[in-house]
Formats: sequence, structure tokens, C-alpha cells
Amino acid sequence: MANYLILIYRGDQTQPAAGEVSVSYREFMQRRAGALRGGAALESAETATSVRSDGRGGFTVTDGPFAETKEVLGGYYVIEAADLDEALAIAKEVPAPDGGVEVRPIRVLN
Amino acid sequence: MVTASAEVAAAVADAHRREWAFVLASTRRVAGDLDTAEEAVQDAYASALSVWDERGIPHNPAAWLTTAARRRVLDLRRRAEVARRAMPELLPAEVEESDPDAQAFPDDRLRLVFTCCHPALSEEAQVALTLKLVCGLSVPEVARAFLVAEPTMAARITRAKKKIAAAHIPYHVPEPGELPGRLDSVLAVIHLVYTTGHTAPSGADLIRRSLSERAIELAVMLRSLLPDDPDVAGLLALLLLTDARRPARTDADGAAVMLEDQDRSRWDTAAIRTGLTLLETSLGRRAPGRFTLMATIAAVHDQAATWSDTDWEQILGLYDLLSDVWPSPVVSLNRAIAIGFAKGSEAGLAELDRLATEPQLAGYGYLAAARAHLLARLGRIGEARTAYQEALRLTANDAERAHLQTQLTSLRHS
Repeated sequence: MANYLILIYRGDQTQPAAGEVSVSYREFMQRRAGALRGGAALESAETATSVRSDGRGGFTVTDGPFAETKEVLGGYYVIEAADLDEALAIAKEVPAPDGGVEVRPIRVLN
Repeated sequence: MVTASAEVAAAVADAHRREWAFVLASTRRVAGDLDTAEEAVQDAYASALSVWDERGIPHNPAAWLTTAARRRVLDLRRRAEVARRAMPELLPAEVEESDPDAQAFPDDRLRLVFTCCHPALSEEAQVALTLKLVCGLSVPEVARAFLVAEPTMAARITRAKKKIAAAHIPYHVPEPGELPGRLDSVLAVIHLVYTTGHTAPSGADLIRRSLSERAIELAVMLRSLLPDDPDVAGLLALLLLTDARRPARTDADGAAVMLEDQDRSRWDTAAIRTGLTLLETSLGRRAPGRFTLMATIAAVHDQAATWSDTDWEQILGLYDLLSDVWPSPVVSLNRAIAIGFAKGSEAGLAELDRLATEPQLAGYGYLAAARAHLLARLGRIGEARTAYQEALRLTANDAERAHLQTQLTSLRHS
């Protein structure tokens, strides 16, 4: 078994709607309760702050997300799956109406 | 038994070509990762040279090599000081048996193929891994085949293997529900290997040209592993029906000869027969996939006794179907060319002009070349000249540029 991070991206115009969307997330979480290890919804990308090392021991703090893209990170899940195929099967069930998800293996540190 | 060294070397080379995928796939099962398996299999082939010279060529080279490679995995593990107690689970008991020829190993080649062509890897990585791991080509060979610098190709392969390990890309054959989509990646990789070899200029490296043969071998292997799949049969049919024209594709000087001007008596009739038989088994099983449709188009060309006998109405109908199954700029362009032959140059030109407004096709050399050809046929020489010049600006391939230049020159003299 391995752990994966599922990053949920959505169009930057869409506000995280309360009603219908949250129902679909709740359904997903109930269906995949066995695989879920954690997760959260995030506040909008406008609330993000990026911290970059300036390479001289200091930091540059900037307003906004790390990478400016059309889609913004809206939330994430941590799941456990046997392999990438199972992780991708779960990822396809994550509601992401106008965006998509990125699946990243979580590195095992001993 | 005394064996001549040359004979042994030939037997090892033959086993490398025929059995590499089988030996690696079976070794991967016990090795747990591809790198260890690959190292062990390379060592097994190296030891075959001396051992076979001494004791004779085994009756079943694949079984001998697999046993040797699996033993080598054990050695590598011991050397890496992996806990001894983990061994029994990882290693089937049969490996310790004394007569390797008597052993039967499970055929894991499909697992290997599906791992190399996993859609989580980029297509160029899929192609590189397939040539490296399934065909057993070396990194320099794969690099040369794709005209990429060796360190670049080495990095590409290393990155892909790293992703397989880190993301846990599984070593298994996809579930039936996933199979059609996953199989499509495999077929696309084999097709790309073929076209890379097929479009290589005649003076190109032997490795580039032999890619076409490798692709046909891969398709034959896949067909033996999935004998009931119509798309696999369709791909193999496509490769054979296209490759059948190879003897006529170049003239005595090695210059490219267009389909229109080819000496059809030089086509390989045996390959055409085999392709047509395969196509029969592929068609009518379910709605034909893109490779089956492309094979059917190739079959229509192959069955025309002369260029003017070509059944363009049928080809156009097939391109209509192909546009539904596999919409792509290249298919649209070929469909427009078919319209030009089936419905007349004016109709073809109208369709090409419509396509030229699509962003994906703007700046595509073949579109300009096709326009030039139709304009020339309509006697609109000035416009044809401009279109050929545009095509020349957009084309990088030397052989294609030479062909365009010839067309342009003949235009001036007509």
C-alpha cells in the first residue's frame, strides 16, 4: 500500500459553492471512507501567501499562490491505495466539476 | 557437445531478440523492481555466452536465461544485504530446481508492456521504455532511433523508471473494464515506433529503419498474447498493409517515391494477403477502432491495381468514420485530400480552405502542400507556386523538401 495526495483544482472564477457540491463531496467521502486518510477544503487562492527562499538566508514573501495558473488549488485528500491504478480510480471519483485533480505519491521517509 | 563460438554468439543474439521481453518480464516478478530485474537479465545474457560455449546451447534458451536471471536477482539481493528471511516469499521454489529446461515460467510479457505504456507516463517515455525494456534495445540505440542525445534519452528513461517506482505504477494487466483504454496506449506506442522507422529517410541509421521491424514484432507478440482483440489484429494489419509497399517507396537512388508513382509490382503480396486476412478477423466484431479503420484504408490502396483504380469513394467513407472515432488535424487533412480525388479538385480545395482556418492546422506544411497539389491540378499555377513555397517554408524534413522542390520546379516548366 502507498499513500497519495489528491490535489483538487477548480476554475479560479468559481466560488466553492455550499449546496450541491458539498453533497457530492460528502457522498465521495462516505463511499471511499476506507481509503481516506485526511483532507480539507481551502479558502480561495486570493488568500494565499507564498514564501520563497531568496538563497541568501532570507525570504521573499509574496501575495498569491506559488504558481499563477488558470486553475487554482481548492482542496486536497490524502488517500491510501494499493497502487497508482487504484489511486487513479479513486481520483476519478473526486468531485471536480470545472477543473481536475492531480495525484502525487507521498514520499516515505525513514 | 562442442559448440563453435560464432554459433553460440548467434544463439545468444537470437535469444536476445526473441526472448528478452519474456525473460525480463518473468524476472521482474521476483525482483520486485525493474532496475534489479534488468541488471540481472543483462548478467544472464552475458553469462550465456561463456556457459553455452562450454555446455552447449540449451533446448529452451528462454527458460535457461530466466533461471539464470532469477538466480542473479538472489545474488544481487544478498549483496544488497536484504533480510534473508524475506526471500522465501519473493522467490518461487521452482528456481532451485536443477534442470532449467524442464521449468515453465508464467508469461508476464503483457504486464511488462502495460507497465511501460502506462498513461501516467508521457508518450515519449512510454516509447523509450518499450524499446528499452520490451525490445531490449540499449540506451544509445534508443537515443539514435529518436535522434536525441544519449544523456537526454538516459535521463528520460531514468525519470520514467523513477516514476514507476515512486508512484507505484502497478505490474499487472489492467482489469477488463480498463483494458480498452489502456490497450489503446500500447497500440499507439507500437504505431509510433513503426512510423518513426517508416518515415526515416533512406540514408538514415539502420537502427532507425529497423524500428519498423521492431514495431511489427511487437504487434505480432501482442497479437499472440491477446488473440481475440480486434484492435490488436487491426494494428498488425495496418503495419503489414503499410509495410507491404516498402520495396516501392524508394527508387534506385534512395529517393522517396509517392504512392501515386510507385511500381505496384514491387509490393509484398504475401504481407498484403496476411494483412487482409487479419483485417477480416478484426472487422465486424465490434465498431472498428482507429487502427482497424486506418488498416482498411491501407487495404483499399493495396488492392488497387493502379493509382487510377483507387476507390476514392470508399476511402472517403472510411475517413468519415475515422473522423468520428479519432478526430485529429491529420485525419481531417487526409479526408480533405480524399474529397479532392472522390468529388473533384474544387471540392477538395474548398474543404482544405475551410480547414486552414483551424488553429491546429495553420502553419502545417502538409496542408499547404495538399493545396498546392490541387491548385496545380486545376491549372491555377500562380497560386500553386505560392502554396508550394509556403509548404517549403513549413517543412523541415530533407526528403520532403526535395519532393516539394521537384513539384515546384515542374510547375515552372509546365
